[in-house]
Amino acid sequence: MQMRNAAVFKLSRRSTVLGSLALLGSLSHTTRAGTITDAGNVSVSVTAPKRIVTIGSAITEIVFALGEKSHVVAVDLTSMGVAGAQGMIDVGYMRALSTEGVLSQAPDLICVSSDSGPPAVLDALRASGVPFALIPHVPTIEGIKVKVSLLGTLLDKAAEAEKLNAGIDAAFAKLAEKIATVKQRPKVLFVLSLADNRIMAGGHTTAADTMITLAGGENIATSFAGYKPISAETILETPPDAIVMMNTGPNSHEAGEVFANTAFAGSPAAKAGALFKMDGSYLLGFGPHTAEAATELAHKLHPELAL
Amino acid sequence: MTAFTGAMEKLSGQQREQHRILIPVLIVALALMSVASVATGAVKIDISSLPGILLGSDQASARDTVILWSVRLPRTFLAMLVGASLAASGAVLQGLFRNPLADPGLVGVSSGSVLAAVATIVLGQNYFGETATRLLPVTAFIGGLLTTILLYSIATRDGRTYTATMLLGGIAIGAIAMALTGVLIFMSTEQQLREFTFWSLGSLGGATWAKAGSVSLFMLFALCLWPILARGLDRLALGEAEAGHMGVNVQILKRAAIVATALLTGAAVAVSGAIGFIGLVVPHLLRLVMSPRHRFLIPAAALLGAILLLAADMVARTIVAPAELPIGIVTACLGGPVFLWMLLTNVRKIET
Repeated sequence: MQMRNAAVFKLSRRSTVLGSLALLGSLSHTTRAGTITDAGNVSVSVTAPKRIVTIGSAITEIVFALGEKSHVVAVDLTSMGVAGAQGMIDVGYMRALSTEGVLSQAPDLICVSSDSGPPAVLDALRASGVPFALIPHVPTIEGIKVKVSLLGTLLDKAAEAEKLNAGIDAAFAKLAEKIATVKQRPKVLFVLSLADNRIMAGGHTTAADTMITLAGGENIATSFAGYKPISAETILETPPDAIVMMNTGPNSHEAGEVFANTAFAGSPAAKAGALFKMDGSYLLGFGPHTAEAATELAHKLHPELAL
Repeated sequence: MTAFTGAMEKLSGQQREQHRILIPVLIVALALMSVASVATGAVKIDISSLPGILLGSDQASARDTVILWSVRLPRTFLAMLVGASLAASGAVLQGLFRNPLADPGLVGVSSGSVLAAVATIVLGQNYFGETATRLLPVTAFIGGLLTTILLYSIATRDGRTYTATMLLGGIAIGAIAMALTGVLIFMSTEQQLREFTFWSLGSLGGATWAKAGSVSLFMLFALCLWPILARGLDRLALGEAEAGHMGVNVQILKRAAIVATALLTGAAVAVSGAIGFIGLVVPHLLRLVMSPRHRFLIPAAALLGAILLLAADMVARTIVAPAELPIGIVTACLGGPVFLWMLLTNVRKIET
């Protein structure tokens, strides 16, 4: 108890809102209970949830990391890649949820990433009377920590959440320290898809852009926001030193195929064979393992660094 | 008048009396289908416990009560209303344009609604934040109506609406709307694109009593217009000039038909996204088995549309439960082949 309170106060120094919420959560302490104000600005309270449905891979990962895996009964399709989620009931794609589908799992807590949908189904789930927590999705380091803190408070695992966040901070700090010593930032392009040789790249304000920056690279697709088709000429103008892609699904391509593309054929990336493929939700999910993913990418971009 | 009745007799032949049996059969089928719809879903609720839950029995579990009252019942009503609206609109428009290919998309409602929906998702979220998406049903409805008004004014010269111009104008406006939709899709983020994709495939997943209530208002309005529309459309089948000679004010008829279908389809698209096939096919299926007289065709189309959409929605929400399939996929998968089969087995009947 003493330790828990210490953790709570440490948290409250950092963020008054979260801290006071955590305090609220730990006040009634006969059973596990927590209260948060969620992304929809609604106060959500739960007591000892035993049947949790998690929507969004980061949410699922965090709930697992907080030691609540045994209470999770169903997850969404994007969470199926999370270690330990295999074989769990899949309630469908996070942006095409079904009210009755989610409720059919008889949940006593629904934790949903705020980029889920459709909005009408989220409203219906909220109205169903089952505790419904909309967790804000912001693809930044701070965004990950907010997710962890909120879920930690809600599930009455504030101490674990604090520990998890401390670990995340430490890992990012360690990475940033190493990256600061780098003199040359390689030019990187994140290729979301290469269907029919048309290149769809990650521009600024994407999770891919943030990851490239964290890993000490420089995104060459800065003229647009979001994932967009990019012309071969733009790439020929600033040839990339490395290409990052996802290694799963229909968007996975072999190096030979990628570098055969006119836009990449003469690039330094093609000469060095620098095609780095990573798991999509690991690389772009912005969950508790993002620091590891960023470090892994940094290691690929800067093999000279001891990471 | 006698000439008209005579023509009608000839037109309908032996199918004249079919509606006497068909409409009651459809009513019974709709009743059975709606009970089936309320009884099925991802959550297993025993059919024998349904009356208890609906009457508020003490033994009913809170979860089952929520699922029945705030998920399945509004959804069932919404499916019926949307199906009926789309099919009845299709019947009216096919009569108005005297063209078997006419469907609610032709008066510009669908393309306008789609454009308004994607604008709400992309521009609305960029400038007004996430809350903009909640306004989607309203903007989609307004977008559909505005496009119809535009199309109507394009096709109207000196107080006369030219249906051929309207058909072609509808295609042109559809192409323009599609281009603007494409621009917005290009501007969209990954998440907005997904949101739009799922919206455009249609779903009754977000059904609420408020949505069902607002669609039913438009249904009631259209119901008042139905007797006038039915009589006028029957006469219009003989030609515009002929209808005029028989005392039909063709211009008022056109205006009423366009207003009624734009309101019905606009409301349906606004609450459920773009659901294809129902408006085009249902009237055809019915004309194969019954009199083409609009007095019976329109209500029969509404009933069959409601039945088919209920059935499609039951498939959509159970086939991959606990996930859900977009209903537009189901209507196209079930409807396309059925329609083709109907065409192939009835070529002679359709061509005469």
